Amino acid sequence: MLFQTKDLKFSHPGQKEYHFQDISLDRGESLLVLGKSGSGKTTLLNLIAGLLSPHSGSVVLDGTAINQLDSGKMDRFRGENIGIVFQKPHLLAPLDVKENLMMARYFSNKNGQDADELLQELDLSKKSHSPVNQLSEGEAQRVSIARALINRPKLILADEPTSSLDDENAERVVKLLQDQATKIQAALIIVTHDHRVKEQISNYIEVKSV
Amino acid sequence: MNLFKLSWKYLTFRPLSTGLNVLLLALGLAIITVLLLIQDQFEKKMTQDAAGIDLVVGAKGSPLQLILSSVYHVDFPVGNIPMNEAVRLSRSRLVKQTIPMALGDNYQGYRIVGTNHDYLSLYEVGFSSGKAWEEPFEVVLGAMVAEKSGLKLGDTFTGSHGISVGSHDHDHHDFRVVGVLEPKGNVVDRLVLTSIESVWYTHDEEESGEEEPTSETSEDQDTLAHDHEHQNEEVDLEEDDYENTEEDHENHDHDHDAKFHHPVAKSGFPATDQDREVTTLLVQYRSPMAAVQLPRMINSNTNMQAASPSFEMSRLFELLGVGVQVLEGLAFVLIAISGLGIFIALYNSLKERRYDLAVLRAIGASKFQLLILIFLEGISLTFLGALLGILLGHGFLSILAAQNEQGIAAGLQAWTFLSAELWIVIYALTVGVLASAIPAWSAYQTSIANQLTRK
Repeated sequence: MLFQTKDLKFSHPGQKEYHFQDISLDRGESLLVLGKSGSGKTTLLNLIAGLLSPHSGSVVLDGTAINQLDSGKMDRFRGENIGIVFQKPHLLAPLDVKENLMMARYFSNKNGQDADELLQELDLSKKSHSPVNQLSEGEAQRVSIARALINRPKLILADEPTSSLDDENAERVVKLLQDQATKIQAALIIVTHDHRVKEQISNYIEVKSV
Repeated sequence: MNLFKLSWKYLTFRPLSTGLNVLLLALGLAIITVLLLIQDQFEKKMTQDAAGIDLVVGAKGSPLQLILSSVYHVDFPVGNIPMNEAVRLSRSRLVKQTIPMALGDNYQGYRIVGTNHDYLSLYEVGFSSGKAWEEPFEVVLGAMVAEKSGLKLGDTFTGSHGISVGSHDHDHHDFRVVGVLEPKGNVVDRLVLTSIESVWYTHDEEESGEEEPTSETSEDQDTLAHDHEHQNEEVDLEEDDYENTEEDHENHDHDHDAKFHHPVAKSGFPATDQDREVTTLLVQYRSPMAAVQLPRMINSNTNMQAASPSFEMSRLFELLGVGVQVLEGLAFVLIAISGLGIFIALYNSLKERRYDLAVLRAIGASKFQLLILIFLEGISLTFLGALLGILLGHGFLSILAAQNEQGIAAGLQAWTFLSAELWIVIYALTVGVLASAIPAWSAYQTSIANQLTRK
């Protein structure tokens, strides 16, 4: 098994405790995490990405228990092994498209994928040196996907990647994520409340506030 | 990509704010640079120019003016003293050596100094071409005068009365260049040196020209105007009555020619049996005792005054000290404001960049790397400011030196660098570190989970 969570529990200060369903995924597998807002699905994503530490339970990626890494090692591990796609692209405005990718490369010591090739696959090769604030929403989202993939991560996490996109673009983005996950043999987890995505990925869990 | 490049990208991404902060800091540091350079070079120059001169004796008046005019050749000469009194003083047993000087004329603003060869030995200056003056109206040019005027050996020129450009010309007799001095980086560079006799004879002819308009050449058509200006001049080597007492001559021209080809005095005072005057006397003491006795003796027993260059210059620096302090204060205010500006710029940009920082963490940057990133921004900003400031300071000084060719700022070396300037860089970097400390700490503490998932 490439990726596994067990008995994850977490509570924000002064709020009730979340208890999350266990997840296990193999290389190239995809999973949807569905749930209403406030159901704790974003908290789950933060736990999986190592951005928050669980109160109990474990997150294991490729044999590494990431909730036991110290902060600095966790950052490095995340840079090398987990690619995160956010709801909004959050590209670094002073840098151009390729520099945004190269920045992700800098923080990990992995060789990863060839940036130009990746941009071409995502239909962005013409924009390689464009300032990021001149990109359309769909293009920016694809750049953020490319950034998440550049280090050949073992796990791809996507947080509401389709919520601000139209049907056509939404479908395209999900397909892209799936294709890339298959290509680099990574597990893919998409957190969303967008039911359009369900048509493309059948494997899902639902997070409910207990 | 690396952190340094990234911080640079962020700086150039907001060029106005970055530019303003760099400029503010640079201005503050430029003032400090100029002060440092001027203080260093000025004091060095002042000491160098006054080396070997223990006392200056001249007409009564301001002692500071006496020193400025006869040692540094910047202010107006005070007046003249009778030569026989100067000769008497030079024979005192307290005095080791005296150098008489006759001042009051200029060539294109460069002062013509009538003196003897001892003046050359005093500054240990050698010749880059030619030799010292031997006869009246032979002159030796300081290196800078030769360079700026373009005069060469054998060239002739006319001196002007007074010490500034535009005074009326002494057009009766031309000076002839017989030597050019090597550059020494001191006051000698901007002087035209000649014999005391040359200065005397120039002024004699002013007088005689008035009495006998046809005696010399046909050039002196407006001698009355000359005379008018002449009397207005503060300093004037006037001679009581010009008469040819040596021999009974019927022909003035003949007399002039003879006189003009006598060798001049190379040391001590020129030989004359007339009541001549000199402007000042540079004195070297024979013993430390003289420092106590001689000035008092001169100031109370004669019509002359004695002033010590070192004492007057330290008095001048004391007077200037207030101005320097005001400038220093202004510089520190500018630097403090720029430090504050950098702090505010970083702090504000941090607010806009919380997402960026969180994203950087999400793609693998550690907290520590974010801390470094913010420090790098502050430090490269202030480093730029320091470089620009030092450059501005030197640039300003070179303009100052170029504008003031004949004045006291002449010969300031604008492009020599002091080790103290390294401290300016360190100082600036400290400002950078201080200004970015709080923003960097706040970047270090940014909680990425909260930032990234805030809807």
